[in-house]
Amino acid sequence: MILIYAESPEGQLKKVALEAVTYGAKLAKAMGTTCAALTIGNVNDAGSLGKYGADKVYNIPGDSVDNQNIARAVADAAEKLDAEVVVMSFTTTGKSIQGRVAARLKAGAVSGVSALPDLTDGFVVRRPVFSGKAFADYKITSAHKVLSLMGNAIPLEVLGEPVAVESIDVPLVSCKVRKLSVEKQAGGIPLPEAELVVSGGRGFKGPENWHILLELAEALGAATACSRPVADMDWRPHHEHVGQTGLAIRPNLYIAIGISGAIQHLAGVNNSKTIVVINKDPEAPFFKAADYGVVGDLFEVVPKLTEAVKKFKA
Amino acid sequence: MKLLVCISQTPDTTANISFKDNDTAFNPDGVQFIMNPYDEWYALVRALELKEAVGGTVTVLNVGPSTNDAVIRKGLAIGADDAVRIDAEAVSADFVAFQIAEYAKDKGYDAIFMGKETIDFNGAIVPSMVAEYLDLPFVSQAQHMDVEGNTATLKRDIEGGVEVLSVDFPFVISAAKDLAEQRIPSMKGIMMSRRKPLNVVPAVDFVNPVEVVHFAKPPAKSEVKMIDPDNMDELVNLLHNEAKVI
Ligand SMILES: Cc1cc2nc3c(=O)[nH]c(=O)nc-3n(C[C@H](O)[C@H](O)[C@H](O)COP(=O)(O)OP(=O)(O)OC[C@H]3O[C@@H](n4cnc5c(N)ncnc54)[C@H](O)[C@@H]3O)c2cc1C
Ligand SMILES: Nc1ncnc2c1ncn2[C@@H]1O[C@H](COP(=O)(O)O)[C@@H](O)[C@H]1O
Repeated sequence: MILIYAESPEGQLKKVALEAVTYGAKLAKAMGTTCAALTIGNVNDAGSLGKYGADKVYNIPGDSVDNQNIARAVADAAEKLDAEVVVMSFTTTGKSIQGRVAARLKAGAVSGVSALPDLTDGFVVRRPVFSGKAFADYKITSAHKVLSLMGNAIPLEVLGEPVAVESIDVPLVSCKVRKLSVEKQAGGIPLPEAELVVSGGRGFKGPENWHILLELAEALGAATACSRPVADMDWRPHHEHVGQTGLAIRPNLYIAIGISGAIQHLAGVNNSKTIVVINKDPEAPFFKAADYGVVGDLFEVVPKLTEAVKKFKA
Repeated sequence: MKLLVCISQTPDTTANISFKDNDTAFNPDGVQFIMNPYDEWYALVRALELKEAVGGTVTVLNVGPSTNDAVIRKGLAIGADDAVRIDAEAVSADFVAFQIAEYAKDKGYDAIFMGKETIDFNGAIVPSMVAEYLDLPFVSQAQHMDVEGNTATLKRDIEGGVEVLSVDFPFVISAAKDLAEQRIPSMKGIMMSRRKPLNVVPAVDFVNPVEVVHFAKPPAKSEVKMIDPDNMDELVNLLHNEAKVI
């Protein structure tokens, strides 16, 4: 059996959780077994995970969880259900619990996987390494295996019907980490989950010009991102900073405007499916990583692109 | 406070990555190795700041072969009091975490500092594994930490916001950017580092459950298609019909 931990902060299933379920369902099929999703706390519409391929959906009642008690619960459920593979998402939560779950299950762990394992000779799963400059194939030989799936790595698929949610008797241990507050980012699409991302660099010259980028993002329905110096100078909030020291993202479309394409920036975005680069310098290194390039002054090109997008959508 | 900082060695960010032995091993020829930036700039420095504020010791620990000693000495030069190297190839996150936990389990550390991930394998697994083996609370990807008495208050970015957490010592923390300011080792620090103890201890037995069997380079990007800056309709058209992303 494959067990998927479906993350649901504040009771809402995340898109990456649905992707993990689709991944788990396909893996279960390849291994000739079934897959179950596990949710913790009050989760809105947990049964809908059946649509994305879960044969069963389990819930552990209780709330206010830290990584220690989530991990304990996931590992206990995996043992109870005799799950050979546990799948979760490669998110802040995933990065806090994957090692714990693996340690409890004495399982080999591979994080940030981007494709289904190859089962022809054991269990071999691929993931990007060296900041996207290469892939590594990991062979897991332990009885239990714990994987975390990179966001946007596989497309969501409707594979079944909603199912009834069953509760599962796994105790939640008490939390030792206390949550004092969460400051929500105002509006917009959360960057790690976004399929379309518009990103700006120092070429914008200052925060007062950011409306040019925001208008394009709005026309596209895209999330916004930036290079590190832009966040360091406080032109944009830090959670928008992508690259080696910031977020690594994998959208379907990444539009880089006025960003030179330094290797540390590319580390966070070079797994994007399609990259568009807009830069006035034809020698900018980013063009080497791009699918489509526009050499021109962003202050002229971007408003034209925004208009073209609006025309296309209308 | 008795503080432990786990440091790893990684290729320099700008290094050319290549493989050998039929693409089964990383090729270290001509690659410059550095201390993993999250470990050096943030985890180690924040631990040193804490020691400077409340007293105590900072030990740096690495799981690796003797070729890592230069990087370990750098940790001493930046200000750690002593160092430990567990003498084994770091073959997997599972292996490394088990070794760290076995070493730390009866030493009574008040906090164990790590980086949020190594910049070569980008695993982000070792810290939470160590926390589980030692049955300690864990805060990942911390960007800010205040300490008052026996309690730490930490801030970190989560998807779509900033979270503020508090936890009592002892605990495990993994460091993200901004947890501290990078420190450059001084001449005096470098001189002193030569006389500080670097203890080499053997690894404990562990059945490694996972290993890399093959490396591959991503397929070469097809040639970039240049679009006339006056024809943005064409770009939109290509994104829709060719790339199929909008
Ligand atoms: C260890 C380390 C980690 C790092 N981590 C990161 C990271 O995570 N993320 C990150 O982004 N960086 C990171 N950096 C910094 C990185 O090396 C670059 O310095 C940074 O990405 C450059 O940002 P930029 O492209 O916005 O600015 P610049 O390099 O200054 O580039 C600006 C670009 O805008 C173009 N431009 C200017 N005016 C216009 C115009 N009117 N129209 C069109 N184009 C224009 C220019 O031609 C230029 O290419 C890191 C560096 C180090 C050493
Ligand atoms: N070989 C090692 N020796 C000591 N600490 C390590 C080693 N590998 C990883 N770590 C620690 O674990 C953190 C995360 O590593 P990883 O889970 O491999 O991405 C690093 O930033 C280090 O603090």
